[in-house]
Amino acid sequence: MTYVVRRFLLLVVTLIFISVITFLVFQILPGDPVRTMLGPDADEAQVETLKQQLGLDQPGHVQYLHLVEGFFQGDMGDSIRFSRPVTGLIMERLPITLSLAVISLIIVILVTIPLGIFSAKREKKWSDFFLSSFTQLGMAVPTFFVGMVLILFIGMSFQFFTTGGYVPWSESITGAIGSLILPALTIALPQIAISFRYVRNAILEQSKLDYVRTARGKGVSEAIVIYKHVLRNSLIPVVTVFGLILAEVIAGTIVVEQVFSLPGIGRLLITAVSYRDFPVVQGIVLYIALVVVVINFIVDILYAVLDPRIRLKS
Amino acid sequence: MRKRWIIFASLLIMSLLVSACSGSSQKGEKGEEGKSEIKEMSVRINSDPDFLDPHKAEASLTFRMMLNVFEGLFNPSPDGSVEPAIAEKYQVSDDGLVYTFTLRDEVKFHNGDPVTVKDVKYSFDRLMGTGTGQPLSSDFVNVEAVETPDDKTVVMKLKKPDSTFIYRLTAEQAAIIPESNDANQNTKPIGTGSFKFVEYNPENNLIIEKNKDYWKKDVPYLDKVTFVFQSDNQSALLSLQGGQLDLTDIPAHQKAEVEKNFTIIEQENNSVFLLGFNNEKKPFSDLKVRQAINYAINKDEIIEGAFSGYATKLGSNLSPIMGKYYKKGLEDYYPANVEKAKQLLAEAGYPDGFKTTLTISSHAELYSDAAQIAVEQLKKVGITAEIKVVEWAKWLEDVYGKRDYEMTMIDFTGKLDPYKILSRYVSTNKSSNLMNFNNAEFDKLMADVVLETDEAKQIAMYQQAQEILTKQAAAVFIADYKTLWGMNPKVEGFKSYPIFYMDMAHMKPKQ
Repeated sequence: MTYVVRRFLLLVVTLIFISVITFLVFQILPGDPVRTMLGPDADEAQVETLKQQLGLDQPGHVQYLHLVEGFFQGDMGDSIRFSRPVTGLIMERLPITLSLAVISLIIVILVTIPLGIFSAKREKKWSDFFLSSFTQLGMAVPTFFVGMVLILFIGMSFQFFTTGGYVPWSESITGAIGSLILPALTIALPQIAISFRYVRNAILEQSKLDYVRTARGKGVSEAIVIYKHVLRNSLIPVVTVFGLILAEVIAGTIVVEQVFSLPGIGRLLITAVSYRDFPVVQGIVLYIALVVVVINFIVDILYAVLDPRIRLKS
Repeated sequence: MRKRWIIFASLLIMSLLVSACSGSSQKGEKGEEGKSEIKEMSVRINSDPDFLDPHKAEASLTFRMMLNVFEGLFNPSPDGSVEPAIAEKYQVSDDGLVYTFTLRDEVKFHNGDPVTVKDVKYSFDRLMGTGTGQPLSSDFVNVEAVETPDDKTVVMKLKKPDSTFIYRLTAEQAAIIPESNDANQNTKPIGTGSFKFVEYNPENNLIIEKNKDYWKKDVPYLDKVTFVFQSDNQSALLSLQGGQLDLTDIPAHQKAEVEKNFTIIEQENNSVFLLGFNNEKKPFSDLKVRQAINYAINKDEIIEGAFSGYATKLGSNLSPIMGKYYKKGLEDYYPANVEKAKQLLAEAGYPDGFKTTLTISSHAELYSDAAQIAVEQLKKVGITAEIKVVEWAKWLEDVYGKRDYEMTMIDFTGKLDPYKILSRYVSTNKSSNLMNFNNAEFDKLMADVVLETDEAKQIAMYQQAQEILTKQAAAVFIADYKTLWGMNPKVEGFKSYPIFYMDMAHMKPKQ
């Protein structure tokens, strides 16, 4: 119990820290939200009035404290660019980004674990060598490029895939999958490349341990040796990596949503930064931080589930 | 082991096949819908509106959509003039100081309330900040009073005569909105236009629907218009070809990809695309340097390279689309001439040229396309310009706001009012005189033209003002570029205006 409380306090401190950093970074950025919206025809009188009405005429730290005050009352403030509550804007986009993240993670897990086992079993054979070099390539190629290649060669050739745009789940389930699978694959590919190596190495390491030899010696079937003993014991480093990967996946959505024009959180963040819409940026950054902290928390709990020797103590 | 893999793989393939089939049948349905008479259209707009409240909005893209929802006392007309809208007729006193407007009878707001003189007065008071001290526009500082002597008449008294006053009475600058909707105007805007606002989904779309009680009985034809926000040209083009869009602007170099299956419309923009320099900073404070740069720049090459030829060459800060106000013959005042440019630079004391920076915004490709050509041309006369690409927000702050720049490229979007376009160069106009142009003769001319009541004389003065800008080489005025639209061939009724206005009222199925 103390563990959970400690974790929660750490979460609060992390969020405050991140919020302050976001604010400080925003103070350095040149540019003004009202002028950026109105463009070069802006009327001086209009700019002044709108700044007053939006509370932007006050010094930065006053605006910030005002926002923090609202925060504790459960109000994330209003977007300057879109004149509506930040919470609503994020909630509208959450299903898209979360679906994307979940599908990517499923792809990563579905591909990595079998591939890792396969490759570990063929250590030093040609297929292992080929997979290792191929995944090296997967890490090296940037996501936006992979995205464009997928759009060009797969998205354009099959009607099933919607490239550019999002079909809501409520409208059509296959449509939603069609619009999300390519971007999810784009995010997943480099992550597969990274996690594949961890899975392969963890399994290799475990397979060389004495208990595996004992199990084999007892005549336990190969499938049970691998899945029940080796895989389970290999999962601890693997889960750590998956925790990191989920954070990477969330970050990956930012780039990929641009490439596939998906109206998710990532695209909102980019728009908000370019229009200097601080309340929205603050809201999204805190949301991402929250997700990452929660995932780490879940990973810690998973350790205990996987290995009863690890106890959730200090 | 192996068996399980085979089963898993075949399941995966089957599920993909099933979903692939259902996916294609869906598209088939959409295709059939297209055969029936078109009642709805989807139009692509590059980015979101700035504000839905027409008094707060300023971005041209916002008005491209929202001029369908709002009207002023006057409406813009395709030839660049204005036509009576909420005002049925108007009179101007002989001294040019009193404007009397008679309201049209049957005009109703989208909430069903009739438009009253109170609403008109409220709209102008709101714009001018009367009572609140928070003006939303400086266009009406010359208005002394707005009076409503009876329930059909609005009288506006000016402090001094203003020859271009009525140009400022369209919805772009003075939309008439109901007082009852004051608090909600930015979330649920209400106007009197041919379409009603339905909903706005940030970064997704803005939907408007037919105003059945519109005072012009024969329009609109369409029941619903969806403005779809898509910043990427390539995906917009794909959406047009895929049938998700009925109308989108297309990059000139991609015209060939769509011209076979879609109606192509070339629209004159009334914009001024220019290479500007900070007239206050050395060496640009020297007329000879500015003229040398004008000789160094080959506008035809830029038009060809950056606009694929779809642009009209300019010589001053006004497009030929402004009709009678346009001064002909200035576009070749400085023909491209490297020798002449070098000679002028030498006379100005820069025989070996100089180094400078060209600051452009990253928000549109056209700036970097044109900048690269211009930099090459400048190199030939010895001027080394380094291109500095900055974010739009930074450009607005540094270049536009602080005037902290040497050279830049920008396009000014058109207005109906020639005064509004040219007054950018008045030296006292601190907020929008981006080039820091300062010429006493020009200032005097612009101050006089406002007071001039004779139209022929006004025209002569505007033309003279353009000539001064050219001769003083206030900037390198390059071109008014055209917008190419790709439209669903089953639709007709596209109307082109000299301002950013996508008039949906006349769009109808092709007969």
